[in-house]
Amino acid sequence: MRHTVSVLVENKFGVLARISTLFAARGFNIDSLSVSETEEPAISRMTIVVKGGAYILEQVTKQLNKLVDVIKVTDFKDTEYVERSLALIKINMTKSTQNELIKLIGIFRARIEDISQNSVTVEMTGNENKINAFVKTVMPYGIKETCRTSVVALGRGHTIKIKEKRNG
Amino acid sequence: MADGYARSTGKPGVCIATSGPGATNIVTGLAAAYMDSVPMVAITGQVATNVIGQDAFQEADTTGITRPVTKHNFLVKDVKDLARTIKEAFYIATTGRPGPVLVDIPIDVQRGICEFIYPEKIEIRSYKPTYEGHSGQIKKAVDIINNSERPVFYIGAGVIASNAEKEIIEISKKADIPVTNTLLAVGAYPPDTNLSLGMLGMHGTFCANKAVQAADVIIAVGARFDDRCTGKVCDFAKKAEIIHIDIDPTAISKVVDVDIPVVGDAKTVLKEMSATIEKKERKDWIKTIDGWKAEHPLSYDRNDDKLHPQYVIEKISELTKGEAIIATEVGQHQMWSAQYYKAKYPRLFLSSGGLGAMGFGYPAGIGAKFGNPDKEVIVIAGDGSFQMNMQEMAVAILNDIDVKVAILNNQYLGNVRQWQEMFYGKRYSHSCLAKRKKCPKWCNTPSRDKCPVYVPDFVKWAESYGALGIRVTDKKDVVPALKKMLEAKASIVLDIWVEIEENIFPMVPVGASLDDIITRMNG
Repeated sequence: MRHTVSVLVENKFGVLARISTLFAARGFNIDSLSVSETEEPAISRMTIVVKGGAYILEQVTKQLNKLVDVIKVTDFKDTEYVERSLALIKINMTKSTQNELIKLIGIFRARIEDISQNSVTVEMTGNENKINAFVKTVMPYGIKETCRTSVVALGRGHTIKIKEKRNG
Repeated sequence: MADGYARSTGKPGVCIATSGPGATNIVTGLAAAYMDSVPMVAITGQVATNVIGQDAFQEADTTGITRPVTKHNFLVKDVKDLARTIKEAFYIATTGRPGPVLVDIPIDVQRGICEFIYPEKIEIRSYKPTYEGHSGQIKKAVDIINNSERPVFYIGAGVIASNAEKEIIEISKKADIPVTNTLLAVGAYPPDTNLSLGMLGMHGTFCANKAVQAADVIIAVGARFDDRCTGKVCDFAKKAEIIHIDIDPTAISKVVDVDIPVVGDAKTVLKEMSATIEKKERKDWIKTIDGWKAEHPLSYDRNDDKLHPQYVIEKISELTKGEAIIATEVGQHQMWSAQYYKAKYPRLFLSSGGLGAMGFGYPAGIGAKFGNPDKEVIVIAGDGSFQMNMQEMAVAILNDIDVKVAILNNQYLGNVRQWQEMFYGKRYSHSCLAKRKKCPKWCNTPSRDKCPVYVPDFVKWAESYGALGIRVTDKKDVVPALKKMLEAKASIVLDIWVEIEENIFPMVPVGASLDDIITRMNG
């Protein structure tokens, strides 16, 4: 199962290394990871996507909590949340495929960022499924290059307060 | 040394190492302390902040190297942060589940000058250990215990860390609950009392392993279901509901699925539990256990003239009345010590459990003596593991630290040899410490008379430091030598030539269930 975990951490050097070391040492696989500063500069938010069963997720959550620099861990398993990532996709385009492609790009609500003689570069945001679907759809035209960001996510509605955590 | 000091006193141990090689040399010590949750603060030197990352002389990425083997670590880049960081380091090392914390201090920060502001209290928003157990969980646990017929306490180092031994004794007596301990909890429960089962697991007692497998409730306190304790996990205590009291949430359901987890400090939780645990006699259960105790007590050939290693430990236990601090190395002698040394109180038995680091015992013994100058400290070592850190004798001699060493010399890495004998067709590969080039390639018939001269000569070696060395090769000389050792107020090394091919029993082979305990060779 795929889980999106949001982790608030102290914005200090070495914290990312602590987290990646933890995943490596415990044998958990990170599918994607993003780090950014939050509205409070002393705190960063990491969004980590992991695949695994209930046991893995429980251990990931607990082990993350155990790190001294981790302030709060939220697993979006049982909550409504918004999840987005961004992709840049460079697709082969010829005169004959131009109309079709532009139509498809419109349907997926992606944006054209660059056009050259034989290619089009598209920017697309969305959840992973939507991006995957688009990539699959344009695959027959020939993809020259892609670049995707990792997932970022926020819970819907309520705010997750940065409150005191409990750990060992 | 810092580790032995901490384990024996309960206070955080401190060690200092220089940058680069000094720092890399303490990695094993940190890992051992981390695995066994020992409060320790390590301070390392680092190259100046302006040359970090330039491969400067004696530079190593110390915080990077030690990250997986410490509870937390710091690189102090500004002298203004130094005082607070040191305070935080001690706070983190000693609270919650204890562990080693490293502070890496560049030379310019060490030499820096600033106003000394030492915070009175430490508040870290991202670090708040839980001490109080959840009362709902505690109630559930108590209900299960009250309704159980065959409960067993399974206690680990957490009991010693939280000083909860009195609570365990009180509850176990009140409700007739037998107690088994891990290697690290030797001494946490009075040995040889009717409710004491001794150690469980790979080299645990027959009765402890039987009791765990037959129990209907396991109350694990400050123990982490290490593979050396559980044997084959899916067959561990199958009939039991498992209650797990631990201060570290990650320990819960990490190895064995726990029915009732209680996250909190062992002493606090047990105190709350003891009020509602019913007084109860469990005569049938105790009778069954007594049966197991009688069926297969710990045993070796006590009546022959051979010098069995167990005999030495039994005599040390008798002569010290189980009141001396014992530090062990790692190997067969360690298991025999856990089996035959009857430590009366907690913090008397120091051993590297989780990491199983040979070379732990001697420095740990010296550290323990620093912390307990009035107590007798005896290091029980193997001839192999003692050679890992025996150079530390310089520290003992220079500081007038009289640590006694009893080497159970079997001229083998005995534990490895035992496995080679039992599971690898007696192919003794690289485990014999007397073997030389001229020996037959596949020699598996060691004998003191025919084998080449053993090196080093531990007696001469001790003498070269100005310590006393005594060789013991005969059973009848053991007690006089031990008495001499205990009377001496100086460093002393006994090189005791024990039976070469003695094995540790009982034994649960790796990957086997605790039910498949072997009590003797070929039987």
